[in-house]
Amino acid sequence: MSQSIRFFLNGRVQDVSVRPDMTVLDWLRSAPRLTGTKEGCAEGDCGACSVLIGDPALGQAQDEGGGVHYHAANSCILAMGQIDGRALVTVEGLKSDDLHPVQQAMAENGSSQCGFCTPGIAISLAGLAAVNVDANDDDIHDALAGNLCRCTGYRPIVEAARKVIAAGGATIAGPAVSAFERIEPHATISSAGSTFHQPDTLNHLLQLRKERPDAILLGGGTDLGVALADYHSDWNEVISLAHVRELRAIRETEHHLSFGAAVTWEEVLARISGFYPSFATLIRRFGSTQIRSMGTIGGNIGTASPIGDGPPALIALGAEVELASLGGHRFLPLEDFFLDYRKTELRSDEVIASVSIPKPKAGQEFRVYKISKRYDQDISTVCAAFSIVREDDQVRSARIAFGGMAATPQRAGQAEQALVGTSFDRKAVKACSAAIAAQFKPLTDWRGSAGYRLEVAANLAERFWRDVAGEVVEVMAL
Amino acid sequence: MNIDAKIVHRSIVGKGIAHDSAARHVSGEAHYIDDMPELPGTLHAAFVLSPVAHGRLKGFDAAEALEMDGVAGVWSARDVPGHNEVGPILDGETLFAEDIVDHEGRVIAVVAARDFETAYRAAKRVKVDIEQLDAVLDVEEAHRRKSYVLPPQHVIEGDVDTALASAPHVFSGKLHMGGQDHFYLETHIAYAIPGENGEMLVHSSTQHPTEVQHHVAGILGVHANAVECQVRRMGGGFGGKESQPTIIAGAAALVAAKTGKPCKMRLKRRDDMAGTGKRHDYVANWKVGVDNSGRILGLDVEYLARAGNLPDLTGPVITRTLTHTDNSYFIPHARFVGHACKTNTVSNTAFRGFGGPQGILTIECIVDTIARKLKLDPGNVRAVNYYADDTGDMTPYGQKVEDNRLVEVTEAVMTSADWEMRRAEIDAYNAGDPVIRRGLAMMPVKFGISFNLTSLNQAGALVHVYLDGSIFLNHGGTEMGQGLFVKVAQVVAEVFQVDLDMVRISSTATGKVPNTSATAASTGSDLNGMAAFKAATAIKARMTRVAAEHFDVDEDVIVYRESRVHAGNESISFGELAKMAWAKRIQLSEAGHYATPKIHWDGKTMKGRPFFYFSYGAAVAEVAVDTLTGETRCLRADILQDVGSPLNPAIDLGQIEGAFVQGMGWVTCEELWWDKAGRLRTVGPSTYKIPGSRDVPPQFNVRILDNMPNREETVFRSKAIGEPPLMLGISVWLAIRDAIASIGGGVPQLDAPATPEAVLRAVQKSKKQAGG
Repeated sequence: MSQSIRFFLNGRVQDVSVRPDMTVLDWLRSAPRLTGTKEGCAEGDCGACSVLIGDPALGQAQDEGGGVHYHAANSCILAMGQIDGRALVTVEGLKSDDLHPVQQAMAENGSSQCGFCTPGIAISLAGLAAVNVDANDDDIHDALAGNLCRCTGYRPIVEAARKVIAAGGATIAGPAVSAFERIEPHATISSAGSTFHQPDTLNHLLQLRKERPDAILLGGGTDLGVALADYHSDWNEVISLAHVRELRAIRETEHHLSFGAAVTWEEVLARISGFYPSFATLIRRFGSTQIRSMGTIGGNIGTASPIGDGPPALIALGAEVELASLGGHRFLPLEDFFLDYRKTELRSDEVIASVSIPKPKAGQEFRVYKISKRYDQDISTVCAAFSIVREDDQVRSARIAFGGMAATPQRAGQAEQALVGTSFDRKAVKACSAAIAAQFKPLTDWRGSAGYRLEVAANLAERFWRDVAGEVVEVMAL
Repeated sequence: MNIDAKIVHRSIVGKGIAHDSAARHVSGEAHYIDDMPELPGTLHAAFVLSPVAHGRLKGFDAAEALEMDGVAGVWSARDVPGHNEVGPILDGETLFAEDIVDHEGRVIAVVAARDFETAYRAAKRVKVDIEQLDAVLDVEEAHRRKSYVLPPQHVIEGDVDTALASAPHVFSGKLHMGGQDHFYLETHIAYAIPGENGEMLVHSSTQHPTEVQHHVAGILGVHANAVECQVRRMGGGFGGKESQPTIIAGAAALVAAKTGKPCKMRLKRRDDMAGTGKRHDYVANWKVGVDNSGRILGLDVEYLARAGNLPDLTGPVITRTLTHTDNSYFIPHARFVGHACKTNTVSNTAFRGFGGPQGILTIECIVDTIARKLKLDPGNVRAVNYYADDTGDMTPYGQKVEDNRLVEVTEAVMTSADWEMRRAEIDAYNAGDPVIRRGLAMMPVKFGISFNLTSLNQAGALVHVYLDGSIFLNHGGTEMGQGLFVKVAQVVAEVFQVDLDMVRISSTATGKVPNTSATAASTGSDLNGMAAFKAATAIKARMTRVAAEHFDVDEDVIVYRESRVHAGNESISFGELAKMAWAKRIQLSEAGHYATPKIHWDGKTMKGRPFFYFSYGAAVAEVAVDTLTGETRCLRADILQDVGSPLNPAIDLGQIEGAFVQGMGWVTCEELWWDKAGRLRTVGPSTYKIPGSRDVPPQFNVRILDNMPNREETVFRSKAIGEPPLMLGISVWLAIRDAIASIGGGVPQLDAPATPEAVLRAVQKSKKQAGG
């Protein structure tokens, strides 16, 4: 058991003894006085606290060539335990003798006004410039979706990014892969009453889970970290899933894609886009690069939020979840995993091991739509996923699932039946809409009234129908 | 004083020079208050806030908090040694609640501890004892109950009742306009450092250091001369740090005075959003009489503004609404009435535009309605109503429009935006009855520059020339990202013809320049730039006498250029002249003071010449609207903005772009939402959505009106820029209306903000009207 957390900070090894549930932001701004990283919201939304995390094992799905992969993360909702064994780059570390090319371009372009969001934006764009030298405007917006600026109107920021990309991008200076041997993650860190377990095999994880059923199971912490940042919760005992080999695996078989529960959404995105472009579009709107780089597919399911965006899409795709315990493995259709508001099938000795998604079938049409006040980095008012399989112009099967419409992500059985056996014509779609409107009793809250949710949910069936017919159905497509 | 561009060879003013802190912003080396090294023993403070909207405060129990390791104490109203007051205008606005809590988030007490986390946790452990009372949460309900924080204000011109009675057409309507959170990225913060003999140094993230100084002094029961307020920069202000910082600085100073230790207070985002004011949401009830061409004959508007629990700045906010309800249009008979409705919600405050946006949104909605009712082109209806020699050039509040640029800006922007071609193209597209509709709209903005209250239109600056020729500059304006510091430095560098980096920009400090006005109302560079110009010019005049003596020439032969002082073929460096002047015992320091000329205002009759001049702009926006979901997107915006002869066009461009996007956010995605108990539930970026980078129109063409110096004698004939372009964002809302109107040709029933839900509701109404 170690009392300290070991990581690279701007290229130098650090060994610090702090509670592993202290946020990285609070630590950076305290003793090291690296105050370029700011607190803007403490809920992982504004990006002023952005840092880069480097890990040879991370982003493996994207980074075929190996090497240290850096991605942006929100340090306000990141626990110190989560950076054990990794490299951390702050805005101060971007600059060597000279400004980093992103910083230089931003300084020359009028990309800052008040300057408070600016370090976080420099970090996000440096993260982009390091991995995507062909980035187009959409990629730039994806990289910036987790960074709010209230002054500039973003135009000069986007322009600075374009300039750096056009000049061939820019690398992040940092330790070589081999250097990470010096900072192997600790199996257990314990300091000042907070214990952080980092098992590296499923078996070890399951033993810990059985022995410590009350310990927090931590994926990327993008949901749990919000309470931490608000000093609303203490993590006295954590079991981190981030290093469990089996949970980090992505497997492809003839008919399925299977993602370990600790695979991040950025990694899912890279693998899914060829199969389900509509799902990929949804994932790009899922939090931000910072959130997707930490947040995991298993965590999104395990947290069982009624407004999570993963489940409706996965349910409509017919995904199956694998639950593991020392007693064995069991497999459930995802829709059966959710029992009630934040209640699931997961037993106290179990973990979510993987999620398996069927590959597209002949005649299948799949679309998922997210309705929110803002296109990027917002939480769904309604999320609707539609999947039909047609044969000889007839709908053979249909799966429709919604988020934001009930206490759990839910299938719309009657609406599915309204389509099956039809030629997917206007009449069938009207019946489908009517069935959706009849099934749900959503809530009214700040994201939308019950009436709006119902209306939109029903209308999305029409959008699906028009979309499949080849019409332009989204304002973002213009 | 003659400040004509001709008298100075311009080498620095007018150049697009980067923000002075740009390199430090990007490297993270620019210090905000929370980044300053903390003195040993520094305490951190957190507020105990009311969890309910309205109630009788019977007391609180802090025992559990005080038992926590590291907690230094808890203080509330009864602990204030001086006055428990933080109101920017009126007395009776308390820092700490006394008997009554009158909004959720009302400050009840302050807890201090050795670190931020402990203070924040301890504040949550203070148990408040509140007897809940009935809460008024809605402005119309407040109006029915005649519950106001101030008496109503009236701008009245002519005889509106007769005009409406005899008008060929009369239309009426009601418009709900939402509020807006400032969402500056840096939340409120202050750091109070006690000194000897009752002195207090307060670093405050404030647009109004003088107000912080005076209220801190009042709270501590000391004279103003014992308190100094300093601010180097803010991480955004937008009006949110005009009056509100006194709450935070006052509490930090109280703790510092009570404990003798430095005290820092920073608000968590949630507390910042729940506990401090926002843009006022309004309801406007209006009735307009027009002739067949759409010309306005009379207009009657009644505004219900949500003041919240206290007046704060609501009075002047409403004044600006009433003096901007005309926008660009001549209204011969007018009655504009503004009610300051008292509700059990957080007191609203200044926000970029300061009531102007609500007035302009209202009149633009009215003009758009007139056009659609009469089946006329909205652009033509606007044009027949513009202020003009033949139409009329007197505003309803008695100021003549003397510098009219409406035709220039609107015609130019419509040309550059290919209005006619796109109008035809969009109409043809919509005629195909697509699910995604498109809309196009143009609007002008005329915005009055000056504080409505004449006495606020003054500023001071302090300029020192040191013996090495370097220059120290200080003025009453604050830097919140708008580039004021670099602009004023450019003015000083221009006067002396030295390199800009010879001018040291320093923190605003009440000990250096006293009795300042808030950096607000877009007046920062007009006022402080001119004060600095006067200070620098006075020093230069003295130095010129020394130079003339040295070279033995007439003073008018002396030329300052490129950091040197020339007389014919001879020259010396600027630093050498400074040394020479010192040796001759000439004063190389000057305090400049400027008071805006020509302005006057009678708050009783609501008539006068409140504005030194007007700023003009116009925008064309195109949107797409999804009629199945109500989602919208701005596809293109073309903007033309009048900035006179700009001090710094690069900074001005940034202001225009940023203001437009902020204005667009106000009328589209930004929605404040209270639950039935009066708790604001949109208290963070996860629930309150400001525009992101992808929301900026992919085609965003922003231009500055060329070669149009200010008619008035402003500093280098520039014009203010902070607020006017915000209202151009309303063009996006008008374009959404246009898209919805294409459904049935009727008048869209759209409120603001045009969230997807509000848009879908309007779409459904239009479909019903059209019989669909």
